[in-house]
Amino acid sequence: MSEDLSNVPKPDELMGIDHKPPRKGWMDVPVDFKPGTYSYPAKAKNLKILGMPNPREWSPTDEDWKLPENWKEIVREGFKDRLDKYRSFQLFMDICVRCGACADKCHFFIGSGDPKNMPVLRAELMRSVYRKEFTTSGKIFGKLAGARELTTDVIKEWFYYFYQCTECRRCSVFCPYGIDTAEITMMGRELLHLLGCGINWAMEPVANCFRTGNHLGLQPHGFKDTLEFFADDIEDLTGIKIDVPLNKKGAEILFVVPSGDYFGDPGTYTCMGYMMLFHELGLDYTWSTYASEGGNFGLFTSHEMIKRLNAKIYAEAKRLGVKWILGGECGHMWRVMHQYMDTMNGPADFLEVPTSPITGTRFENAKSTKMVHIMEFTSDLMWHNRLRLDPGRNENLIVTFHDSCNPARAMGLIEEPRYVIQKVCNHFHEMPENTIKEQTFCCGGGAGLGNDENMEMRLRGGFPRGNAVRYVQEKYGVNRLACICAIDRATLIPVCDYWAPGVEVTGVHEMVANALVMKGEKERTTNLRGEPLPGKEEVEDE
Amino acid sequence: MGLWFSLFTVVILVLLVFMGVGVVGLNSLFGIVIPYAALLVFLVGVVYRVGKWAKAPVPFRIPTTCGQQKSLPWIKANNLESPYNTLGVIVRMALEVLLFRSLFRNTRAELRDGPRVVYGGTKWLWLAGLAFHWSFLLILIRHLRFFTEPIPFFVNLFEGMDGLFEIGVPTLYMTDIIILLAVTYLFLRRVVIPQIRYISLAADYFPLFLILGVALSGVLMRHFYKVDIFKVKELATGLFSFHPVVPEGIGLAFYIHLFLVSTLLAYFPFSKLMHMGGVFLSPTRNLANNNRMRRHVNPWNYPVKVHTYEAYEDEFREKMKAVGIPVEKE
Repeated sequence: MSEDLSNVPKPDELMGIDHKPPRKGWMDVPVDFKPGTYSYPAKAKNLKILGMPNPREWSPTDEDWKLPENWKEIVREGFKDRLDKYRSFQLFMDICVRCGACADKCHFFIGSGDPKNMPVLRAELMRSVYRKEFTTSGKIFGKLAGARELTTDVIKEWFYYFYQCTECRRCSVFCPYGIDTAEITMMGRELLHLLGCGINWAMEPVANCFRTGNHLGLQPHGFKDTLEFFADDIEDLTGIKIDVPLNKKGAEILFVVPSGDYFGDPGTYTCMGYMMLFHELGLDYTWSTYASEGGNFGLFTSHEMIKRLNAKIYAEAKRLGVKWILGGECGHMWRVMHQYMDTMNGPADFLEVPTSPITGTRFENAKSTKMVHIMEFTSDLMWHNRLRLDPGRNENLIVTFHDSCNPARAMGLIEEPRYVIQKVCNHFHEMPENTIKEQTFCCGGGAGLGNDENMEMRLRGGFPRGNAVRYVQEKYGVNRLACICAIDRATLIPVCDYWAPGVEVTGVHEMVANALVMKGEKERTTNLRGEPLPGKEEVEDE
Repeated sequence: MGLWFSLFTVVILVLLVFMGVGVVGLNSLFGIVIPYAALLVFLVGVVYRVGKWAKAPVPFRIPTTCGQQKSLPWIKANNLESPYNTLGVIVRMALEVLLFRSLFRNTRAELRDGPRVVYGGTKWLWLAGLAFHWSFLLILIRHLRFFTEPIPFFVNLFEGMDGLFEIGVPTLYMTDIIILLAVTYLFLRRVVIPQIRYISLAADYFPLFLILGVALSGVLMRHFYKVDIFKVKELATGLFSFHPVVPEGIGLAFYIHLFLVSTLLAYFPFSKLMHMGGVFLSPTRNLANNNRMRRHVNPWNYPVKVHTYEAYEDEFREKMKAVGIPVEKE
């Protein structure tokens, strides 16, 4: 999947930016919807499917956004409701001292220079209204106290900048009070949704997922076709025919992946990787057509929507009578599974503490939620030497690893993927320390922003990541960027094409499957992508 | 605008004392009534604000993890940066509150030709912040000698350490120098760094000027415009034993100091200074990363509209049957 980058200025030109803010105060600078830097609005049909307010056709560049008549009251009520429900929101409105430590931690600020992309100012867009509506000093002193009137211009500004935040939480790592812009952006988006202002690239997947079980809108027979198609490819490659267990009652494990894994390259290779691994292990597992999406664009919509979409995971585990749940390589999905699922839709007392049937390891860390990350599962297999691996098949890959925001900063899944990668390939190099692990940079397209119309902003936001990739490309000859996130596997491709041309993106289980020596396989000559394996180039030429 | 307004306000506050005490002689107002009122506002205000936060529910457990989670036994978990138990949370919070752990991570991103971006360490904000807060605390402890009799041993101990170098008569305190330097730095960075100036409000400058005023008036009256220490102690102990007296002839500098402190106290609960209480309650820091081990309960969790499997199968049953996907209802 390569996107058209011809409309985007060249890197030198794109980065001809100044991080110095303008002379004019930020309250006096109106928002400018520049093409390439915003996402198209949610279509009415999608909002209708979900029963969300104010469905209509509109555009951010319109003068009149066709807001409900009492929009101000709706925002005020919604604001108050959330202040009452979330301590985080109250605190984060109140305690910022504007020290500015967060300012240059945001990939969108680094790449755009727009001061309203400094996390502190992104939050002030909201705090200013909070002060006016809910604090005495704001009511009395107004602008002097940093307060401002809630107007339609403010709503437009919220829409622009809360959809220029990928909820990556990098700023919250550096904040002395742990103020988390993701939390503020989530609240901002919730308020916007009360007025019917969302983006289509988030709401179409949400609507699809609600009805068909996955973001793509793939129906059960289509899902089956896709997986069987992968099984055919695997047979061509290895000579081994593998099963595709679907909606299988009584299976031990329900396996859930982000739909990106069975939708587009290179996610599909990772998906084949899972299938090959499970076949080799003889794992008693099942896919589900109903719970065919682990990803959850509800996270980019509202807390209520997270719960609405996530409910099917436990419901399906219960219906199928599985013992526990295993989840694939995905970023935001794992924030939902780790930090929200059990609270929202648990307790999962009908499941058992996950135990690997191969190694006997009890995953005590998942004993309540009963869902295990595939990196935990696979690294455990490797630690116990239960896989025959030939890392030589990945000899041509010089790999670096991109920590996805949510596994790193909302889960702490840091060493597991590194362990797995180093078991399946011989050349691994870390990017600079300010760009990995808890300090990792977003791909620039998370939280619903990975759409084509927003490409310029994505590349700006992807600059810090792309820059770090280019650094290891120049220093070590890195040619493969590994990641454990379906959004990454889609969005890092243009980021690399633009900032570090020549580096390709891969999922980790794609590399695992390439290295995996399967029982009864024929001699492999190519990898999953159909490229000749190292040492087999000549065979390919014949 | 915020800068000049704040400076102007603090100057007015000082002038008020000149007028009120120096000219009109309202010593009891400035020595008794205002300090009492300020302290009352401070106590009630802080308790109210913290109570309000504490009452607000924490629906989700959302720690920001900055280190390896506890997962498999052979992977070393980082209990400080990604705490998995209460001890870990306590240590994480202690590091945050006492040593400003997160601010210590601070970096500076710089855009260079290429284009490329490089990150340098920058510890000045952390250092100045830490120096400011700690010297403020030590100065506060030193002041206990005005309110206590006998003076607790640790107050004398700190004071001895603070004046260790015995420069000048009376001895120059290190904390006085440090707080003046630190506050000056914190002010200058707000003015000099364009991004910080852009985000700064009156609410950011005002406490800086106020604290600078408090510290300066304190230093001035200790070293230059001497006041009668014994009378100051008489007033202070009087206030705290609820038998307030206003001894004659303490000196104007003291009233300026006291009035600025009173203003700071009264202003505190309405301001960003409440970060002092708030930092303890921050859900991204004070919760353990044990989400999958122990279920977190949301007190207001409510049922939502979902798309059930039954509804799903009803829509797709024929298609499912056609390709051999098992269904509930044939």
